[in-house]
Order: sequence, then C-alpha cells, then structure tokens
Amino acid sequence: MLADGTVFRGISIGAEGLSSGEVVFNTSMTGYQEILTDPSYCRQIVTLTYPHIGNTGINPEDEESAGIYASGLVIRDLSMLVSNWRAKQSLPEYLKARKVLGIAGIDTRKLTRLLREKGAQNGALMAGPVDEAKALEAARTFPGLAGMDLAKVVSAAEPYEWTEGEWQLADGYQAVQGSRYHVVVFDFGIKRNILRMLAQRGCRVTVLPAQTSAKDALALKPDGVFLSNGPGDPEPCVYAIEAAREILDKTSIPMFGICLGHQLMGLASGARTMKMKFGHHGANHPVKDLDSGQVVITSQNHGFAVDPATLPPNLRTTHVSLFDGSLQGLARTDRPAFCFQGHPEASPGPHDIGYLFDRFVKLMEERNA
Amino acid sequence: MPKRTDIKTILIIGAGPIVIGQACEFDYSGAQACKALRQEGYRVVLVNSNPATIMTDPETADVVYIEPVTWQMVESIIEKERPDALLPTMGGQTALNCALDLAKNGVLDKYGVEMIGASKEAIDKAEDREKFKQAMTRIGLGSARSKMAHSMEEALQVQAAIGYPSVIRPSFTLGGAGGGIAYNREEFISICERGLEASPTQELLIEESLIGWKEFEMEVVRDHKDNCIIVCSIENLDPMGVHTGDSITVAPAQTLTDKEYQIMRNASIAVLREIGVDTGGSNVQFAINPDDGRMIVIEMNPRVSRSSALASKATGFPIAKIAAKLAVGYTLDELRNEITGGATPASFEPSIDYVVTKIPRFAFEKFPQANDRLTTQMKSVGEVMAIGRTFQESFQKALRGLEVGVDGLNQKTTDREVIERELGEPGPERIWYVGDAFESGMTIEEVHALTHIDPWFLIQIKDIVDTEMVLDDLSLDRIDACQLRDLKRKGFSDRRLAKLLKTTEHVVRERRHALGIRPVYKRVDTCAAEFSTTTAYLYSTYEEECEAEPTGRRKIMVLGGGPNRIGQGIEFDYCCVHAALALREDGFETIMVNCNPETVSTDYDTSDRLYFEPLTLEDVLEIVEKEKPEGVIVQYGGQTPLKLARDLERAGVPIIGTSPDMIDAAEDRERFQKLLIRLKLKQPPNRTARTEAQALKLAVEIGYPLVVRPSYVLGGRAMEIVHEQRDLERYMREAVKVSNDSPVLLDRFLNDAIEVDVDAVSDGKQVLVAGIMEHIEQAGVHSGDSACSLPSFSLSAHLEREIKRQTIALAKGLKVVGLMNIQFAIQRDTVYVLEVNPRASRTVPFVSKATGLQWAKIAARCMAGQSIAKQSKRGRVIREVMPPYFSVKEAVFPFIKFPGVDTILGPEMKSTGEVMGVGYTFGEAFVKSQIAAGVKLPRTGQAFISVRNGDKLAAVEVARNLVEFGFTLVATRGTAAVLSAHGLQVKLVNKVAEGRPHVVDMIKNREVSLIVNTVEETRNAVADSRSIRTSALAQRVTYYTTIAGARAACAGLRHAAAPVPFDLQSLHATLGLSDEDPATGGALGGTDSVVT
Repeated sequence: MLADGTVFRGISIGAEGLSSGEVVFNTSMTGYQEILTDPSYCRQIVTLTYPHIGNTGINPEDEESAGIYASGLVIRDLSMLVSNWRAKQSLPEYLKARKVLGIAGIDTRKLTRLLREKGAQNGALMAGPVDEAKALEAARTFPGLAGMDLAKVVSAAEPYEWTEGEWQLADGYQAVQGSRYHVVVFDFGIKRNILRMLAQRGCRVTVLPAQTSAKDALALKPDGVFLSNGPGDPEPCVYAIEAAREILDKTSIPMFGICLGHQLMGLASGARTMKMKFGHHGANHPVKDLDSGQVVITSQNHGFAVDPATLPPNLRTTHVSLFDGSLQGLARTDRPAFCFQGHPEASPGPHDIGYLFDRFVKLMEERNA
Repeated sequence: MPKRTDIKTILIIGAGPIVIGQACEFDYSGAQACKALRQEGYRVVLVNSNPATIMTDPETADVVYIEPVTWQMVESIIEKERPDALLPTMGGQTALNCALDLAKNGVLDKYGVEMIGASKEAIDKAEDREKFKQAMTRIGLGSARSKMAHSMEEALQVQAAIGYPSVIRPSFTLGGAGGGIAYNREEFISICERGLEASPTQELLIEESLIGWKEFEMEVVRDHKDNCIIVCSIENLDPMGVHTGDSITVAPAQTLTDKEYQIMRNASIAVLREIGVDTGGSNVQFAINPDDGRMIVIEMNPRVSRSSALASKATGFPIAKIAAKLAVGYTLDELRNEITGGATPASFEPSIDYVVTKIPRFAFEKFPQANDRLTTQMKSVGEVMAIGRTFQESFQKALRGLEVGVDGLNQKTTDREVIERELGEPGPERIWYVGDAFESGMTIEEVHALTHIDPWFLIQIKDIVDTEMVLDDLSLDRIDACQLRDLKRKGFSDRRLAKLLKTTEHVVRERRHALGIRPVYKRVDTCAAEFSTTTAYLYSTYEEECEAEPTGRRKIMVLGGGPNRIGQGIEFDYCCVHAALALREDGFETIMVNCNPETVSTDYDTSDRLYFEPLTLEDVLEIVEKEKPEGVIVQYGGQTPLKLARDLERAGVPIIGTSPDMIDAAEDRERFQKLLIRLKLKQPPNRTARTEAQALKLAVEIGYPLVVRPSYVLGGRAMEIVHEQRDLERYMREAVKVSNDSPVLLDRFLNDAIEVDVDAVSDGKQVLVAGIMEHIEQAGVHSGDSACSLPSFSLSAHLEREIKRQTIALAKGLKVVGLMNIQFAIQRDTVYVLEVNPRASRTVPFVSKATGLQWAKIAARCMAGQSIAKQSKRGRVIREVMPPYFSVKEAVFPFIKFPGVDTILGPEMKSTGEVMGVGYTFGEAFVKSQIAAGVKLPRTGQAFISVRNGDKLAAVEVARNLVEFGFTLVATRGTAAVLSAHGLQVKLVNKVAEGRPHVVDMIKNREVSLIVNTVEETRNAVADSRSIRTSALAQRVTYYTTIAGARAACAGLRHAAAPVPFDLQSLHATLGLSDEDPATGGALGGTDSVVT
C-alpha cells in the first residue's frame, strides 16, 4: 500500500503484521542479504527490481550488521529452493526469524516506475489478516525520512574493537591484527564491510557510538577518523556534524566519510544537503573520478545529497555521478579529509572504488611519516 | 579522448559463410560496426564472402567486397583501398585468423595498416591455450590442469598425468571443432587424431575435466582509458561438458551471491587487462565448483561473439556498436546509452528486471549418421531467446519459440532407462527428458546426480511438470481466472494448456480472453526502470502494468523467421530487415516480431518497435491485438510465419501481399496442379499419396525414379530420390513419422536435367524477373545445396524467354503481390515447373547483390501498395538486370563437425550457409566461390575419377582438362576403361569392394589431390562409395560428387592463379541503374517481362 492509495496484492514471505516506511527500489541484481542488513535501509521498505530473490539463501558471512534494518522487502518472485554451497537458511525463514515483513508476487516493475515518476513514497506492508484502511493509514501517517535522525537509533550503544578482515573465497573471514594505524569509526549505522576493509589494510579499528564527542574520540589518539554510512536525513544529526567540524577545525587527522558520513563532512565544512527525488539505489552507477578521468562502477544507496551549489571554497568536488551529474565525492583542500557518497566498500556491488580505502591509509601514512 | 582523426579509412573483415559456431550474430555485429563507424565519418571498407548479410549491402559500407576472406584476397583489397586501420574483432574467429595471417605475412606492416580493437599480441595470447594459461597464472587465477601436445605420443603422456575423463581442445578451431571429452583410451586416441587434424597448428590442449561444474560467462567492455564494465552475466543451465553454444543459457547469473559474483567480475576485468584487450568487447568463461566455489577461467574471446550478441539482445546494450566506437578512440563515458534516449552514458552496467533464456536448436535430423551427444564441440545450428519476468516464463516461451513441434515440456518417453541415459549423456533433447524424469517420479537429487544441472533450475522444471500433472486430471471449465492467470504467469502457452486439458487452443484462448487474462508488454531498458526509455523494445508477460503504449501511426508488422535451422536462416532475416527498412523509410511505423537473438532484425533500432517474442499463433495474435497494424507481412520469414498465415487471416489479421489462400494454392499439390493445367505449364508427372498402399500404386503409374517428400516443408526435409519399390516402402514408413497429418508427394525425377531458380517480384500488375539462376549441380540436388550462377552459363536465349514467360504466368495465376521463387527443371529443352513459392526465398539476397537492386525492399513496397512503376525513379531505376559479370553462389556444409556423415548431396538440404564469387567469366566467379567456401582447388597432383555410367562421357572432358592442367589420372575399372578408350593415360585402382590396396588407402596415404566421384542415386551405390567421401573429408581432399561440379571446377582452375577483387559498388555502377530515366530506358522499356 502506497500513501497515494495504490495497492499491490501478493504473497507474504516474512513475518505477519504491519510495517511502514519510505518505499525505495534497488536495481542491484545480487546481494539481497547485504541490502537487508544494511542499517542505511532503516525505516525503508525496499523493492528489489530483479525478479528472482532468495536463490542463494542466507549465510552467516554475508551479514552487513547484526540484523535486518529494512522495514520490509518487496519482490517479484521468491526462489523455490536455496542453491548455494554457503547457504544455511532460506530467505523466508530468515525474514520470519527476524520478524520482518516481506511480500512476493507483485508487479515490482510497475512499483518501480511509479516511484521513478512520483519520487520516493511512504507506504506500508501488511501481512496476515489484511485491513487495507489500516495499511493506508499507516502509510499516510509515516512521517517520512526528511528531518528524521536515524543515525543514533541504529548506532552501536558502546564502543567496540573490530579485527575481521575481508572475505576470501577459500578461507572466508580471518582476523587481522591491525597495528599500523588506529582508526576511530563514528558509527551512524555502519556496514561491516567498511570495518573489514579498514582492518584488512592494517588498521586497528575502534567503533564509537554516533553521539561520541570529538573530545572523547580524540582522547583515543586516533591516526584517522572515519564517518560511517547510515540512514535518514543528515541535517538533524547535529551532534555528529559538531564532532566532525571540531576534529576538522582543530586537528589535521585524516578523515574519511562514506554516504551519510560524506554528507556529514559536507555539512561540517559548511555545505548544505538536500533530499533527492528518488535517490540512488543500485550497484551499477557510473561515477567519474575527476582527478584521474577514470569511470568507476559503484554501489549507491542514498536519498539525500550534498548540494554542489553550496560548497565552500575549501571543499573540492572529486567525483560526480554520470547518471545525473550529482555530487559524489568531496575533498577538503585544507585538510587531509575526503568523502564519498556511494559505497566503496561495495557489499553488495562492484569493488571498483575500493581504492578510496587505500587513499585513506596513505593519508595516515603521510601524516605519520 | 574523442575519436581519432589520424585514421580515415577502416577495413572491417566479416565472418564469411554461416557455419556451425559462426552464424548471423556476426552480421549483426559487423553491420552495427559499419554503421557506427560511418556515423563517425570514417570511410569503411568491408570484405565478407557471405552475400546473405545486411553488412554486405552496398549501403552498409562505403566499399563492399563480396570476396573470399583469405589473407591473400584481403591483401589485394588492402593494396587497392589503402586503409589506415583494420578492425578484426567483428567477424568472429574467421576475421581474427585472417587478421593474424595478414600480420604474420607482413601485409599490415607493408601497407602501414594498424590493427585496432585487438592487437596481434592480444589475439595470440587469448587464442594460444598455453600462453593463455600462463597469463591466467600470472594474475593469480586458477585454470584447469592441462598441457599442450603436438603429437599423439605427447598427448598420451599428458593424459597419463591428468587421468580420465580428459578434455581435448585443438588450438585455433571454430566452435571448438575437433575437440571432445574422452572417458577411455580408445576415445582419447580417436579424438586426438581428429583434433590434430583439425588444428591448423597441430596443437592440442589436454585438460583436466571440469564436467559437472557450473559454467558462467561474463561480457566485458573496456576502453583505452581502462574503464571496464560488465554488460551481462550469463549462467549455463547445462553445466561444464557441453559447449556453451549448445547449452541452454540464462541471463543474468542466478546462483551466485554478491560476493562470488564480484570475484568473478574482478577476475573478468583482470583477464582483459592481462590479455591486453585495449578496447572493445570480450567474453570470459568461468567454471565454478558447486561444492566449494573454486573458480577457474576456461577461456576468453578477445572479440565480439555469439554470447555478446546474446548479451546485447538480453540487455539492450549494443556491444558491437560501442566496441567499434571505442576502437577509434572514444571512451565509454563519451558515448551515450541510446536505449534511454541518451539520458545515461554507456559507461554503466545494465541492470535487468527479467530473465532471459536461450535454447539452442539442432539439426541432427539432417545428419542421421552423426553422433548427437553434446560435447565441447558445438553442434547446434541456431538458437532462440525468450524474455520473461521469471525463469519459468522465459524458459517456456523459449521452448515454444524453438519450433521443434513442442509447446512446452512435451513428453518424450516414460521409459526410465531411456530417461536415465539421456540425462547422463546429454543429447539435443535433454531438457525434455529432465521433464520426463520428474514425471516418472525421479527426485531433484536423482536428476541432479545424473545431469549436474543446478537444483535451482531443476525445481522450477519440476514445478512445471507437477503443474502439468495436476492439469492432466482437470478440464478447462474447472479452472478459474485466478488459476489461469497463475498458469500464464508460469509461461504455459494456450496450446500446451489445451493439450493438457484436452481441448483446443482456440477454446483456451477464448476462455482466457473472456476472463480478461491478457499479456502486458514490458520494456527492455538496460536499467530496470530506473530511467524512462523512449525505445520500444518489448516482451510479453502476465503482470499488471502494460508499457507498450502503441501509437496511432500507420503501421506494418513484419513476422521474422525464428531460430536459424538448415533451410531457414540468415537469408530470411535479411528480407525481414529490408522490409522494415523500406517501409520505415516510406513513413510507416514498422513493428518486428522475432525471437532469434543472432539477427539484425532483432536489433532494437532496425524497426520502430521490436517485440522479442516467439512466433506462435498465440503470441502473434496478442501483439496484433495490442498494435492493430494495418498490414502484416508473413512472406519474408520463411516457413515460420507462413504456416501461421491462414490462422492469422481467419482471426482477422490483415495480411498484406500474396493472399494466404494463394500461398496455399502453391503449396497444395492438387490445387497447384490445377493451376498449371489452366496455365498450360508442365510439371514432372506427380501424385499425392496419403497411405503407403496408395503410394506404391501411384508410383507405378508415374514410374521410377521418384522424388518423394512430405508436403509443407522447407529445406527439403525428408526429401529423397527413390529408384525402386523397396526404397519407397521404407520411405513411407519413415516419412509418416515426419509429418503425420500431411500427405506425401510423389514426383517423377527428371534425370540429368538442369535446374533453374527464378526470383521474381510482382505488384499485382507488373512482374519483374529479378534473377534467373542456373544451378551447377543437376536437378536432384536440393536448390539450397547447389551452386548456381547468375546469369546462367548455358541456357539459350530462347529458354530464358520461355522461363520468363512461365514466371509471369505463374505470378499472375497466383495473384502474387511481393516476392516469388520458382524452381524449374529443363530436360532436353523442355521446361518443367518443379516448385513455386510465393514468398521470399533463400536466394533473394544473392540476387540483390548480383543485380544491384534490393528486391526485398521493392517487394515490400509492392505489398504496402506502391506499384513497381511508381517506385522506379531517376537515380533508382527498377527494371530487370542482366549483369555483364557472373555471380556464383556456393553452399557451405557442416560435414567437418559430424565425422562419419556422408557428404553426398541429395534432395535434402544440408548446407548451413553460402558464399558468393564474382568474376567477368563464369570460371573466375566459380573459383572465387570455391575459395570462399574453403574448398582448396588443387593445382597439380593426382586426380581420382570414378563416375556412374551416365556421366562417363562427360568425365572424359573433365579428365582431359585435368591432364591439360598437369594432373595425372587414376580411376576405377569402368571409368578407366572409358578414359583410356579416349586416349587418356590413366592408372587403375580398386574400388573398396574390390580388395586392397584400394582407393581409400590411396586417399589416406595422401596420394590423391582431387576427387571426382559420382554415383547412381540408389541406396546401395551411395552406401558403397561412402567411405571415399568420408575419408576425402577427413583428409581434406577436394572432392566433387556431381559431374557438373567437376566441370565447373575445371573452368575455375583456369582462373585459380590470383583472383582480382571487385567491389560491389563499382560492379553495380556498370548496371546503369542510377542514371537512367525510368520513363524511357527503365522498367517499362528495357527488358520485356511486363504484362498488363
């Protein structure tokens, strides 16, 4: 049920009940497990445009967080069985166990086209005893994501250390004893693969709750500060903007931000952000690296963006989207700090822009040299 | 960087004739490349020996050479045209090999031609298996354990280290020709022998078997700035062990998690970088162990390929066009993705929101002696692609699009033993046996154990079968709207449902319509609806929202030819494309319906709208209902649309051109006979029989020998010449199997007659004879397999006039509007009508190339209501043409792929493709056609001659010619006697039955360089001489099985030295079509086949 009254009827593939959120689509053909467990999807009902979902089941390795954050899953066709040597569970079992609603059998292309034409909409999923009026009310009363600070909702409550490295085909995950650089990570809803990629590059990683102050973070004597991805509108995250601004203003510690972290760095540097019509959600987005002229295919998942018209002189555009020209990457001209709107950690998606992690490590290297 | 300005002229090499492993996908890619480069202002020179292609249309390239694709010929062309660059990646393996030869022989250096798109080094690295393996190891990618062998001895050593089963892959062969999988020593030795023979470098790769591993393909595009994108991932339903061309394949990959997919993605890009494909598209194939995900690179093709054509159609991303532009310096981000109207750049990865299934089509019924088990050597002749929102839907659409007499998973057998054998040793019909396996109660695990097909596919096939079994106990009236909708969503055709519910297709359709269940059409847009598209590339599905948005324009729909098969291939696609182009030019909206991914017709910008749909009555009717075209063309796509004609007409579909009733009148023997009688034309005595007893009786009436065939077939399917009652009895039993509900036709066979093919166009009033082609082989050899010459080389002016007169009479009699093809036989100056087909024929493209007029376009305009006279205008005069040069069409056969198959030509068509040779004498044109067809005309050596009695005198002349050229002669007893009697020196050799050493020993010892062997058409005579032909094929000795062919070869030998290339544009300029005033010298004046 969309807030405009459009109804789709299908088969429940998850938990029963009622759930509301912003309805978005994702055009990635792989990685439904990563998408479901990406905290950035908090309060969003995600429609996958690829029709067959659940083919490879669920496995413990492909989790991007401890749980499902999406408010619901909408698909065309649920796989009749699970076929993958790593699978441990089926998608519906997983959805039910995590009490997440899911619906299959609907014309997802129609829904996607509707979202494309009208922009992201609020909506509701209802499974079990269905009451359309109630669902419509839920869709209509969902407040929308603009102005919603979700980072603190999904963030870790307590600091923790991270040592797991990147996934390897033969060995899965191995712990990496990072010792070269200490990176503190502000968790606004972080995906694990960011932590894995940092650890893999020899970083000792400490994850901090979203509302950690700059003072507390700096007290850990980091070699680098990382601002994570996360859900919702960046503007209400005043605490995070404050912390980032303080670190940028007072220190020259290298800083790297991804997605929400990118928007926060933009805001902390004096730029403004805006809500996009239907955002970017897919794993096939071309982005141009303006420094090298290279085109990279990136994973994207954002509904807000930094407004390029509002950049202060010390922010330089490093990457732009070739789909719509929107701003994708920024670097501070006066600080060793940069950020990226898409997802260099991929998971799901192509690894083309993983080099940004190397760049971050290099900045720490240069500062320590 | 924008396009390069330092190059002006680019030479593109085409793929030559259609053969197994290299079909019309290279016309699609080559035509796209030509178009793209000319758009950029380059002068494009093209060489391709295949006249049936769109790429060899004079409009496609600035200079078109229909000449043999050999390095020697291409050198002559380079010398003449002085191109700055050579693009070798659009013409398959043929073009790559030719380019390598040009490089190796110093031609490119000599003339300063730069190879673009792929370097010599990159081609070498990708094609040479050892170098490839080393390259893969360098970048840390696994490949199968393997080693090269250059002799049987080495091969056995390598095998000992690897164990059985082992895979044998010869280097540098088409479609893996000569390769195979050996499970034991005997098989190993026989495959290696064949492989060493097939490989031009006598190299074999002996490899660890990965049978049962999952197989994937990635289509990668890279630009010179190292930007890389994956256009499409493809998963093979048939796992490793079956050549990917013979596998059912599905896009996108279905059973990989993102992590595994990304590893493969990174690996494919790494492969391109390491091999050094600087710009363009490549295909990388992987095997994955289903138990632990171990990934191995199997091979890569540094060029566009069959898979890239499939990927282009599957995603809407035109790989060849983009690759061509990248080759001249563009980068991906500088190019637009045209399907979104340019809203997005080409530098992205298509996301699709549907499932694409490709199923190969085989032709083993043509080669009963061939081994029909599928291996690593490709054997299929065509393919069908279908798009659906789910695998089940696209799979079932593909099944019915194949046109192999099934509407879905029709049952083959209930015999468990047969099922298990078919599952374990895959043949062309394995997928139906998988269905039967489930019906017989086998479990997914059991079927998986035998087939290694991924359970993800198996359960969906099982679900289809389970659903069918439920339906089997139901009747239509007990199925409600909801259930019927679910069935349609699973892809069941109305026909299949009718069969299961024991009713008729028509009844199911009426009920479905009454319940309001109709397909919707979704668009292929490369982006899963993320951006809006202006392109109408559509597929049907059962969903809520329809995106077809038909316009209110005047529209004509063209029905295509479906999957390629022997007898119906690229020639028909050529005609469909021409119809679409002509009518589009005239302001109609053109709508193409077809399901063959290899073709130009299924390029989304050939027509205004493309429906990628099976050509069944149901699918076509639904599109017609949606689009409401003012005319539908059924006569261009071969039998496929033709056989729908009457049902379409009955359903009220406006068919334009010759009426279905008249088409039927030409196909129906009895009606046709009445017509001939009325027109006072002759045909060989003939009868129609519906039972065996009747046939035997009628045979006596008209007398043996007879040509027998079922009615309504194309390509001479099941056509045979029978000499005696015994043969007829056997035939009747076999033929009835072929076509149950159609009668068998008996025709008196005309001995030693000359066969003539005529193509004509009529607008209903005026008839023009487009071309009279004289066959080189005598009547009795299928017209598709016979070489022919335009103009004729032996017909008198009187006979030609008579042929024209009869053609016009027939066109009038059948009220032809559009194209018509007639086969005549001339016996002792009497003209007999063998067959009339009021439709596009296989020879239309050849005739068009030979005469400089595009007859398919002219005829399409006639169908749309424009008279020939009205079409003819200054600068484009339409009239009958008598070229001052000869064009010879020669057929190309797939025998090399089917060891042991008899190569003798007969009434059943066996060729897969054709080439054309042009010259100012018949001999010159013929010799070029032979070179182009890969026949190596020997210049000296020993010629073996053994001919049937009727040919003995003619053989003397041939033998005398050969002696003049410096050949020595060897012959069997009877022939030798005649030759010596005529004063020729000849050695005697035993027939095989006469004891050893015999002629086959001689062939095997390579003591013979040319064979002329004709036999009586009796089964025994054919069988007795078979070993001569098969050993000749195996030893690559040039052979002629007709005396006419041998005679032509002698004519050709006079010109074998150094043939000169002629470009099409210059040839056509000599025809005076562009500068005449039609009112005076043109259509109405010149030649006189105008009847009013």
